Amino acid sequence: MAAVRTSSEVAFNRAAIAAVLVATLIFLAPIYWIASTAFKPKELAVSVPPTVLFEPEVTPFVRLFTKRVQMQKPVDPQVYEAAPWWEKRIYDGGERVLKVGKDVQLSQYPDRFTNSLIVAVISTVLAVGMGTFTAYGFSRFKIAGEADLLFFILSTRMLPPVVVAIPMFLMYRMVGLNDSHIGLIILYVAFNLSFSVWLMKGFMDEIPKEYEEAALVDGYTRMQAFFKIVLPEAATGIAATAVFCFITAWNEYAFALIMTNRRAQTAPPFIPSQIGSGLPDWTTIAAGTFLFLLPVAIFTFLLRNHLLRGVTFGAIRK
Amino acid sequence: MTQIELRGIEKFFGAVQVIHNLNLAIADNEFIVLLGQSGCGKTTTLRAVAGLETIDKGDILIDGKPVQHLKAADRDIAMVFQSFSLYPHMTVFENVAFPLRATRMSSGEVDKSVREVARVLRITDLLDKRPSALSGGDMQRVAIGRALVRRPKAMLMDEPIGALDAKLREEMRAEIKRLHVKQGSTTIYVTHDQIEAMSLADRIVIMHEGFIQQVGTPDEVYSHPANLFVAQFVGSPVMNIAEARVADRPGAASVTVGGAPAGFEFPHRLLSKLNGHSNGGLTLGIRPEGVLVRHDAASGYMPVEASIIEPLGSFDIVDLKVGSTMLRARTKAGYVSGPGEKVHVRIDPEQAHFFDTASGKSLGVRL
Repeated sequence: MAAVRTSSEVAFNRAAIAAVLVATLIFLAPIYWIASTAFKPKELAVSVPPTVLFEPEVTPFVRLFTKRVQMQKPVDPQVYEAAPWWEKRIYDGGERVLKVGKDVQLSQYPDRFTNSLIVAVISTVLAVGMGTFTAYGFSRFKIAGEADLLFFILSTRMLPPVVVAIPMFLMYRMVGLNDSHIGLIILYVAFNLSFSVWLMKGFMDEIPKEYEEAALVDGYTRMQAFFKIVLPEAATGIAATAVFCFITAWNEYAFALIMTNRRAQTAPPFIPSQIGSGLPDWTTIAAGTFLFLLPVAIFTFLLRNHLLRGVTFGAIRK
Repeated sequence: MTQIELRGIEKFFGAVQVIHNLNLAIADNEFIVLLGQSGCGKTTTLRAVAGLETIDKGDILIDGKPVQHLKAADRDIAMVFQSFSLYPHMTVFENVAFPLRATRMSSGEVDKSVREVARVLRITDLLDKRPSALSGGDMQRVAIGRALVRRPKAMLMDEPIGALDAKLREEMRAEIKRLHVKQGSTTIYVTHDQIEAMSLADRIVIMHEGFIQQVGTPDEVYSHPANLFVAQFVGSPVMNIAEARVADRPGAASVTVGGAPAGFEFPHRLLSKLNGHSNGGLTLGIRPEGVLVRHDAASGYMPVEASIIEPLGSFDIVDLKVGSTMLRARTKAGYVSGPGEKVHVRIDPEQAHFFDTASGKSLGVRL
């Protein structure tokens, strides 16, 4: 490469930067729309043209977490004055918060959100854990029919999940796994495992086997060598695999919609169901979606260093 | 303290036999070098001793006890790998301490042992660094430290300095020698570099295609190569090999190579020593320093033409056309001025080796 950049190279560079900026804006637009709608007053949510400048409020989040009903007549001013700030916001909208005695009744959203967390976290841990062990086995030992087995594992991903959804549903109902956390976890683990095995095998293959051999000679068992040497070395791969598995499980919609309805329903099928009857409350839906985005964003952010590959590699001479 | 004995070792990879009936006894404190080209079975042998590779037949004895069924961890042997195998996620201290962490040693003792080894290897100021921050030589010092810290029964080294550049390799070679002299432990060292082997070994084991070709001190394998393979593998520049015919001349023997019109003059007793091997199936081996070159004619010298000259600094290698074959001679730098120059050549009978062409075996004839 020339040390001095020519004017055409500079122009190309600028064009590339501009293209990346435009692409980024396009990709960020829906997220901006969701985030801004989540803080908008109800009446601005569907205004045309869209309102850009407004006074943000958290009322959509209050509505998201509470059970409410329309009020037939205006609220008693004394009751209004005695209410906490968030309840006033509900009264302002012509609704009241449902209560049993003094306790505010929560909406189903926290439950569904918790379900999503339980199912996604447990299925990710299982899929990555099992995938790591399996990949290690495939990477380090001579296994009869290794290529066929690996292909078989991959082949579970070749059917679109929707194709097997109905038979799976019937089977699940027969054994009583429908609408249960375990049922959904099993499905997501089965779905993510092939991906996890293949991805982890790539990472395992990159860890020189001399690392474990050195540990074996130094007085460790293979199991100890695996936990002390291989796992720390594979951290990057495990993090990357975990992020992908978590995102897949977290976002999964089709199976969750078919397999669950009440107890174990996760957030993705729940949020659109709230569009429901009458005029959709876009701000509340946006608030639900916005909160739903956060765990994945936080998880990915926390693991960002591990996602930059090659940080730990390079201390071995090849 | 530690003797290692290999008895009748055989090893197959699938249908391919990589080690053939290997027998070797290694004495306490001995520095043994397994020397050979890649694929000769030297590394497999080493890994079998370490317990990283199973064997199909034979016994591996450490201090008289068979260990071939023991796991690597239970053999009390340390190994240094060509790739160093330092754990990137640990500091140098933790890397060196790693073998001790597998024992019940208290952390105070671990600390003491690590610092002692670090002092010997001069890596004390590196203890807090990560392996990725080290130079190649320091990485290898740390790897050796990790092997030494446990005071193992034996040290195994698999091309430990093969990945370093030439200058560093020389430095580390001297360092390994110094360490061995100082610490003294039974060592098996694998390399394909004959200079390393010559300079480090008490005894060299030369392997080829899964067979031991010769076991001997560096001087023995250099001066008395057991066969053509060893003769050409050990020594640089490589020994000249040529089909030879020996004829009886009055008062002398005449050795002809490459169908040259005249032969080189040898003492007459060569004939009786060769004892019938004189015609057909005889190969002469002569190292370039045994090919003597001079400008002017003298008795016993044959006029030849210089072909290629390789200047190597302190000396030159000159290719001389003798009949249809080339003999490489080692001369003083600049002694032969250029290709085409006419010089006179003689073979020093005392440096000549004779081999049976068919079997490649040395006839053991030295004058």
